[in-house]
Amino acid sequence: MVTSTLERAAEATPPGAARRIKGLSDRAIAWIFVAPSIFLLLAVNIFPLIWTINLSFTNFKANRNREVEYIGLRNYERILTDADTWATMQATAHFLFWTIAVQVLIGFTLAYLINKKFKGNDMWTTIIVLPMMLSPAVVGNFWTFLYQPQIGLFNYVVAFFTGADASSFSMIGEVALAPWAIVIVDTWMWTPFVMLICLAGLRSIPESIYEAAECDRASKWRQFWTITIPMVLPFLMLAVLFRGIENFKMFDLVVQLTGGGPGNTTTLTSIDLKREAFEKWRTGYASAYAVILFVTVFGLASIYVKALNKVKER
Amino acid sequence: MKARHLVSSAVAAIVAGSGSVMAEDLTLCWASWDPANALIELSKDFEEQSGHSMSFEFVPWPNFADRMLNELNSGGKLCDLMIGDSQWIGGGAENGHYIKLNDFFEAEGITMDDFIPATVTGYSEWPKGTPNYWALPAFGDVVGWTYRKDWFAKPELQAAFKEAYGRDLAVPTTLAELKDIAEFFQGREVDGTKVYGAAIYTERGSEGITMGVTNALYNYGFEYTNPDKPYDLEGYVNSDAAVEGLEFYKALYDCCTPPGSSNWYMSENIDAYKSGQVAMQMNFAFIWPGVNADANVGGDKSGYFANPKGPGGQFAQLGGQGISVVAYSDKQDAALEYIKWFAQPEIQSTWWELGGYSALKAVVEDPGFATSQPYAQTFLDSMAIVKDFWAEPVYAELLLAMQDRVHDYVIAGNGTAKEALDGLVEDWTEVFEDEGKM
Repeated sequence: MVTSTLERAAEATPPGAARRIKGLSDRAIAWIFVAPSIFLLLAVNIFPLIWTINLSFTNFKANRNREVEYIGLRNYERILTDADTWATMQATAHFLFWTIAVQVLIGFTLAYLINKKFKGNDMWTTIIVLPMMLSPAVVGNFWTFLYQPQIGLFNYVVAFFTGADASSFSMIGEVALAPWAIVIVDTWMWTPFVMLICLAGLRSIPESIYEAAECDRASKWRQFWTITIPMVLPFLMLAVLFRGIENFKMFDLVVQLTGGGPGNTTTLTSIDLKREAFEKWRTGYASAYAVILFVTVFGLASIYVKALNKVKER
Repeated sequence: MKARHLVSSAVAAIVAGSGSVMAEDLTLCWASWDPANALIELSKDFEEQSGHSMSFEFVPWPNFADRMLNELNSGGKLCDLMIGDSQWIGGGAENGHYIKLNDFFEAEGITMDDFIPATVTGYSEWPKGTPNYWALPAFGDVVGWTYRKDWFAKPELQAAFKEAYGRDLAVPTTLAELKDIAEFFQGREVDGTKVYGAAIYTERGSEGITMGVTNALYNYGFEYTNPDKPYDLEGYVNSDAAVEGLEFYKALYDCCTPPGSSNWYMSENIDAYKSGQVAMQMNFAFIWPGVNADANVGGDKSGYFANPKGPGGQFAQLGGQGISVVAYSDKQDAALEYIKWFAQPEIQSTWWELGGYSALKAVVEDPGFATSQPYAQTFLDSMAIVKDFWAEPVYAELLLAMQDRVHDYVIAGNGTAKEALDGLVEDWTEVFEDEGKM
């Protein structure tokens, strides 16, 4: 079948073109096909990366007409010894850890429930996934109103259950609450995504395995821990990877919600980097910052993908 | 119709003696706010007279600097005319974004002596205090206060205030009095609604809290630098008086602002005031025409006062902008025509009538000016006490450092005022050292 297709393609090739290609090795032809992609990759990804690394050793400012000086590792030294940078890293770690933990927990639970057959199953699935279809900027803006101490629905719900005065606390204005405010909104928006991945995992488990377990008189609890969890684990890990990468570069939602405040409480690394690069215009410094973040994410992601592959091989 | 328009435009251009033969489509870039709408209206006259057509690119304030400085830094040709913020003037001049206007002013008989001195220094000059002009003062603006005159006049509130503070409830003359009044209104029921003391600037992301806190810092004795030794910051930025000023602003925020006002700037303060949440609001003067015309709080219900004095004097944060010709524009001649037209006294007078704050002396020193609007006298009083933030080419770095330090102390409550200002000295010193100015 393949041969006949190739033969047909060869016959259809005009004699002129065939003559031009004649004499080229398979390897050369392969290069001709691959070259545009490689060129694009080099131009769009690799060259900017190398250029960024180069700039990170300079005092270059993109808004100034002055001579660029190479300053060695000074930018790196400044960043790594700056307490504010570490505070930003901590804020990011807090955001990452709690959003992922809560989203995995709720997402998996929802998927487990949705996976059961009940009336209105499809409708509930659609309703649950609605938040992730919205724009993060819109969600951020929308939640600033929900969190408004005087008119916000969120404060009134909390007041209803706790008896506290609705205007006595401000989710996005208080240092103790603001980090949780952004976790709640991100969880509201992205838990459906984790749920969908978990649902795919749950639906990929053959029913026959559960039937065999039933024959062996395994309890539901045992089935859950020995069949469901191990078989869904690769999907869960994939969801964690996606959410981890997405939330490491979180920007729009948090900027809309808190602007990074109060103080620097919710200033995540991507917000900080944007300020350095495009508000303060410290291009060299921001390049070094970007390189540090790139190495961190690349390193963590590599370790994680290896672990994921090991789980899949089991 | 189109042909007729073109012919009349060409004739108008010749009659106007502009020397311009080709009708251009000029783009003017500014912030998206009420005065911008007034400028669209005003510019129709320019279109009629010159034959050029005008397009406008307006960006909301929180993104204005980001968007427009990106445009300038990338050498973009979007804007032919830029009404840029006062702090951009250093960068606009040194980085070659704006064209120098001295020769043009001289040729057209435009003199900076005709404009309010503070606006010339604030919007046009770089380096400051030298006769090098990069913009024509376009819109005078300054931080001032709006208050609920109708609430202040209520006999029961008058009596309660007198009992609590031993004086009449009246326009505050000092910052301490202002805090007393804000404290008095905080959480009080007025006309059956719970209200709050004051809406002040607390915004984190762009420039908000800096534009607010400076109104307290200046009046307690904060200085940007040693007046005799430029860029000598220690003991001026973080003087004891400056520390007190910062503590005052935090105390005002803690005691007397509406819940959830931790990230408020111009529009949030307007909303809080117009919806009857607060007795007073800090805001730039540009909002006053809108307040005066508002159905809920306009007319006799609102009054205006200049930033009250503090222990170190009476000052107010300068706002406002100058209009510049962008160096990357291909239509510089037409853009200069616009500035020439805009500088005319009769146009400036119409500008004021439409809600634009003219900086031309002929307009503001007119005998009828002070009584022309309820806020006109307050505008004059405020413009007489202005101080501005750094206008260095690295102003953005200086501004963001101040935003960080001040917000962290005032809103987040981290550290002390002294630590915040010491940190600011460190940040600013690093910036100036990088620039080779220290």
